[in-house]
Amino acid sequence: MNSVGRPTRPETAGGEANDYIHPTLTGARGLLQDEALIFELGGWDKTGVDLVDAELDASDLGDLVRTDPIGLPGLSEPEAMRHYVRLSQKNHAIDLALYPLGSCTMKHNPRLNEKAARMPGFSDIHPLQPVSTVQGALQLMDRLAHWLKTLTGMPAVALTPKAGAHGELCGLLAIRAAHRAAGHGLQSEHPRNTVLTPTSAHGTNPATAAFVGYKVEEIAQTADGRVDLADLEKKLGPHVAAIMVTNPNTCGLFEREVVEIARLTHEAGAYFYCDGANFNAIVGRVRPGDLGVDAMHINLHKTFSTPHGGGGPGAGPVVLSEALARFAPTPWIVHDENGFDLAERAEGPAAEAFGRMCAFHGQMGMFVRAYAYMLSHGADGLRQVAEDAVLNANYLKAVLSAEMSPAFPEGPCMHEALFDDAWLDGTGVTTLDFAKAMIDEGFHPMTMYFPLVVHGAMLIEPTETESKAELDRFADALLKLARAAKAGDVERFKGAPYHAPLRRLDETLAARKPRLRWTPTDPAKIAAE
Amino acid sequence: MRYLPLTPDDRAAMLKTIGAANIDELFVDVPASARRSGVVDLPLHAGEFEVERELAEMAGRNRTAGQGPFFCGAGAYKHHVPASVDHLIQRSEFLTSYTPYQPEIAQGTLQVLFEFQTQVAQLTGMDVANASLYDGSTAAAEAVMMASRITRRNKAVLSPGLHPHYAETVQTLAHAVGMEIERMPLAIDAEAEVISHIGPDTACVVVQTPNLFGTVTDVSKVAAAAQAAGALLIVVTTEAISYGLLKSPGAMGADIAVAEGQSIGNGLNYGGPYVGLFACREKYVRQAPGRLCGETVDADGRRGFVLTLSTREQHIRRDKATSNICTNSGLCALAFTIHMSLLGETGLRELAALNHQAARRLATRMAEVPGFEVLTPRFFNEIAIRTPIPAERMVQLWADHGVLGGVPVSRLDPGAGMDDVVLLAATELTRPTDIEILARSATRLLSQ
Amino acid sequence: MRFTKDHEWIELDGDVATVGITAYAAEQLGDVVFVELPGVGKALKTGEGMAVVESVKAASDVYAPLDGEVTAINDALSGNPETVNQAPETDGWFAKVKVADTAALDALMDRDAYEAFLATL
Repeated sequence: MNSVGRPTRPETAGGEANDYIHPTLTGARGLLQDEALIFELGGWDKTGVDLVDAELDASDLGDLVRTDPIGLPGLSEPEAMRHYVRLSQKNHAIDLALYPLGSCTMKHNPRLNEKAARMPGFSDIHPLQPVSTVQGALQLMDRLAHWLKTLTGMPAVALTPKAGAHGELCGLLAIRAAHRAAGHGLQSEHPRNTVLTPTSAHGTNPATAAFVGYKVEEIAQTADGRVDLADLEKKLGPHVAAIMVTNPNTCGLFEREVVEIARLTHEAGAYFYCDGANFNAIVGRVRPGDLGVDAMHINLHKTFSTPHGGGGPGAGPVVLSEALARFAPTPWIVHDENGFDLAERAEGPAAEAFGRMCAFHGQMGMFVRAYAYMLSHGADGLRQVAEDAVLNANYLKAVLSAEMSPAFPEGPCMHEALFDDAWLDGTGVTTLDFAKAMIDEGFHPMTMYFPLVVHGAMLIEPTETESKAELDRFADALLKLARAAKAGDVERFKGAPYHAPLRRLDETLAARKPRLRWTPTDPAKIAAE
Repeated sequence: MRYLPLTPDDRAAMLKTIGAANIDELFVDVPASARRSGVVDLPLHAGEFEVERELAEMAGRNRTAGQGPFFCGAGAYKHHVPASVDHLIQRSEFLTSYTPYQPEIAQGTLQVLFEFQTQVAQLTGMDVANASLYDGSTAAAEAVMMASRITRRNKAVLSPGLHPHYAETVQTLAHAVGMEIERMPLAIDAEAEVISHIGPDTACVVVQTPNLFGTVTDVSKVAAAAQAAGALLIVVTTEAISYGLLKSPGAMGADIAVAEGQSIGNGLNYGGPYVGLFACREKYVRQAPGRLCGETVDADGRRGFVLTLSTREQHIRRDKATSNICTNSGLCALAFTIHMSLLGETGLRELAALNHQAARRLATRMAEVPGFEVLTPRFFNEIAIRTPIPAERMVQLWADHGVLGGVPVSRLDPGAGMDDVVLLAATELTRPTDIEILARSATRLLSQ
Repeated sequence: MRFTKDHEWIELDGDVATVGITAYAAEQLGDVVFVELPGVGKALKTGEGMAVVESVKAASDVYAPLDGEVTAINDALSGNPETVNQAPETDGWFAKVKVADTAALDALMDRDAYEAFLATL
C-alpha cells in the first residue's frame, strides 16, 4: 500500500477470473484478439507504401549516411489496418459509454469539427507561408480569439500554448514579466517570489509555479471545500506574485467568495491566475473577467470539445487582463486595412512580449475544431452547455447519495460531483476496487484520489452530452455495485476487473524494472534478416 | 441543439429529483454581481451545413500546399500521409479516449505508445524515448532543462544552425527556470563551432542536423568535446524523414535527441498540432519529462502496458516534478506510429532517398538560374539559396504567381544579416515540373 | 539504534552512523520502486532532504536526521529497491554518515520511545 491506500500490484488473493471456465486456446476472446507488437509480426523487409526507386544515390553525403540497420518492421496496408483496429478495440472511449473522469470534461466530440479541421485550407497550409496566402487562417484565429475574449470578459488572449499546463506556464510568465516591469522581479530588491495555491489544486499548478522559480505556499481550505479567506489574507503580502485558484474548484464547487479573493489579491499587489480547467460549468453564464481574474487558460480539449486523442493534442489559450495583455508571448495576430498580419517578434505592438511558447502559432487544428463547436452552439447553446453540465452532475449527486457519501452534501455542486469513501468503511472495498469493478460494468472509472483533500475521493463529471437514460444506466450500475460492496461481495471488487481486455496490471513491477521499449531477444537475428 | 441530449421534460424531472425549483438555484454560489441573465454578445446556434459553409469560406481564403509548386520547410514539411493513417486515427476508441490512466481498458493506446517509444528510440539511435511532447521546439526546451538537472549546471549553448523559433522557445522556457542561454549568431555551416563555447559551467550544447539551412553535420566531435567537459550533447532534428538516410544522433554520441515528428503521419496544419520526439540515454531516464509507457504483466500473468515512472510527473511530484507537462500529443504520436509501421525500414529508406534526390534536383536547377546561389554545402532535403533581391520580396513575388517558394531567413531572424537568403525544401511530393516552374518564374519575375 | 519522528533509524558505530527508514515507514510507503540516494561526500544538515523514496504513486522525501557528511551509500538499492520493503532496518539501509556531533543522537528516540510514538499515530 502507498500513502493513499492504493495497491499498485495485483493481490494474490484477488480471485480467479472465474467467468472463464472455458479458456480459449489462442488467448483471443470472441471479438477481442490477442495482438502482438509490430516488432513481433516479422515484417523486417516489408513495406505498406509503394514508392518509386530513387534514381540518384546519396554518394554526395559520404560517411554521413546511415549504414547500420535501423530496426523498424513494416506492415502491408491490410496488416496495418488489422493491427491498429484490433488494438483500438482494447480502449474505452466516449463514443462507447459515459466517461466520468472528473476535471477532464470527457464530452462528445462532434465529427463536424473533424471534417472542418481536415479541409485542405486549414490542414494543408504551412506556418511560414507568406501571410497574404493565409488570410483565412488568420481570420479564423482572430474570430476564435474574439469568442474566447467575449465568453470570458477579458481583453486579450494568447493563443499559442499547446495544452493547459503550457497555458499555466504562459500565464505565470506574463505575471512574472509584469512584476519585473514594476521593479519586483525575482532578482530585484523586493522580489515577488511566491505563488499561493489551495491544497486542492491540480498538480500542474504547483508544478508550474515551481518551474518558473516561484516558491509555492498552500492556502488552507474551509470545511465546505472553499478557499479559506482568513488564511489567504494572512499569507498575502508584498512577496506574493500571484494566487492560482481553480474556479469552479476541484471539489466541483464554485468559490462563493471569488470576488473578495480577487479584491484581496489585487490589494496585496498580486495577480489572480485562474485555472480554467472547469470553465465548462460556467461558460455563457459567468465571465471570469467579472470575477477579477487576471489570467486564465482555457483547455479547448475540455470545454470546447476537441478530442482528447488518448492524451492529446490539446490546446490551452490564455486570456489576459488589461494589466497583463502587453506581455503576451509572440506571435500576435494584428490587423489593419490590408488584412491580417502576424507580429512574430518582440517589437512594434508586441514590444513587451515575454518570449515565445513554441515554434509556430499554436494548435491550429484544435482552433478550427473549437471554433466549429462554438459556431454550432452559439451564445445560447454554450449557456445551455453549462446549465446541462451542472444539471447532470447534480442529478448524479442526488441519485448516488442514496448509497454513497457526497464529500460536500450541503448545497449544489457545479459540473462534477465529489464523493468520499466514508460509505465504504468496513466493507473491505477501497475506492480503487470500486473503480475497477465499474470497468466490469462497462463504464470508465471516475477520477480517483483527487482532490487530495478528500479521503478516497471519487470525482464524477458526466458532462452535458449524456442523456438522462445514460445517466440512469450509469447511476443504476453504481448503486448496484455499492449495495454489493455493502453486502460483503468483496471478491467482485478485489479481483476486478474480470471482463476487461486485461486484469489488474502490476505497476510495481513496471516501475521497479522499467522496460520502456521492445528489445529483440536475439539482436543478431534481426541484423541478419 | 444537436449535441445536447436532454429534453425539457428530462430537465424538469431531474430538477425535481435534485429538489431544485429551477436551474438558477444550482448556480446560487455565483456572486450576484457576476450572474448574467441573458446570452453573451455572440451569434446564436447554427446548423451543421451553415457552420461548414462559414468555415469552408475561411479555408478557401488560404492557398494550400497542394495547390501548386510548394517549397516551404524550416521546421514543417509537406509529405504524403497514407489514407489509412487518417482513417485509423479517427477510430472512436483512439480519438475519444483519455490519457491511459486505467490500463485495463486502455491497452490499445498503451501498446501504441510502447511501439511509438521503440520506433523513436530506433530512429534516433538512442536507448529510450518518451511518449511524446508537444512539438520539436518545446522538446528542445525540455531537453535543455533536463540537462541542467542532470549536470547541475546552468548554462546552455545554442548552435548557429538552430532554428530561431526553437532558440526563442528554449530561451523563454529555460530562462524561466533560471538558466543562462548563449545563442550563437546564425551561420550556414558552423555547428562544430559550439565546441569553443563549452566551459566548466556548460550544462549542454544544442546542435541541429540537418540544421536550419539544411546543412548536415557529423557532430561526433561535438559530442566528444561536450562530454569531456562534463556537458551533454542535445541533437535537434526538424525533419524526421532524414533519419532514414543520415547517421543517427545516437551513433554520433548524443545524450538527448529531440525532433519534430510532424513529417511522419501528420499534416502541416499551419503549425500544429505536431508531435515532439524525445529520446535519451537510459541512465538519464528518471530525469526525462513527460509520460513513459512500460511493459508489465496483469494478474493472470499476461503481458500488458502501463504508464510508469510517474513519480517524475506533476500529478505526484507537484512542485518537484521534472516538467509540468500533462496532456501531450497522443493522437499525433499514433499517426506517427501507424505511418512508420506502414513505411517500415524499407519504405523509410526509400522515402528518404526520394527526398534527397528531389533536393539535389532542386539545388542543381536553382544553381543554373542567374543571380541565385546555392549556399548549403551538404544537405538532406532542404537548401539555403542566395536571392538577387531581398528574399522576402522574392517569396512574395513567387506567392503572387502561385508558387510557395520557401521561407526567407529574415522572417525568422531579421537581425541575422541574411536578408537575401531563402530556405527551400523538396520532398517526395516535389515534381521535376514544380522545380522547373520555380526556376523559370524566378527568371521571369526578376526580368519584369 | 535511534529513531526520528520522520521514521528514520540511525545506528552509530564510532562516529559513523548508518541511516535508513523504519519498518513502519516502509510499510506505509507501499511497494518501494526506486530510492534516490545522496552523493558520497554530500554535506547533510539536519532536516534537509537527503534521499527520496518512491512507490508507484508517491514520492517521499527522507530528511537528514543529523548534521554530517555522506561516506557511503547502499548501491544495492538501485537494482533491488524491494530490499527496503523486505529488510528496512538491515539490508535496506540508505547511507553511512560521518556524524559531526555524536551527542546529537541523544536527543533522538530509543526503540521503546519510538514504539510509544507509533502507538499515538
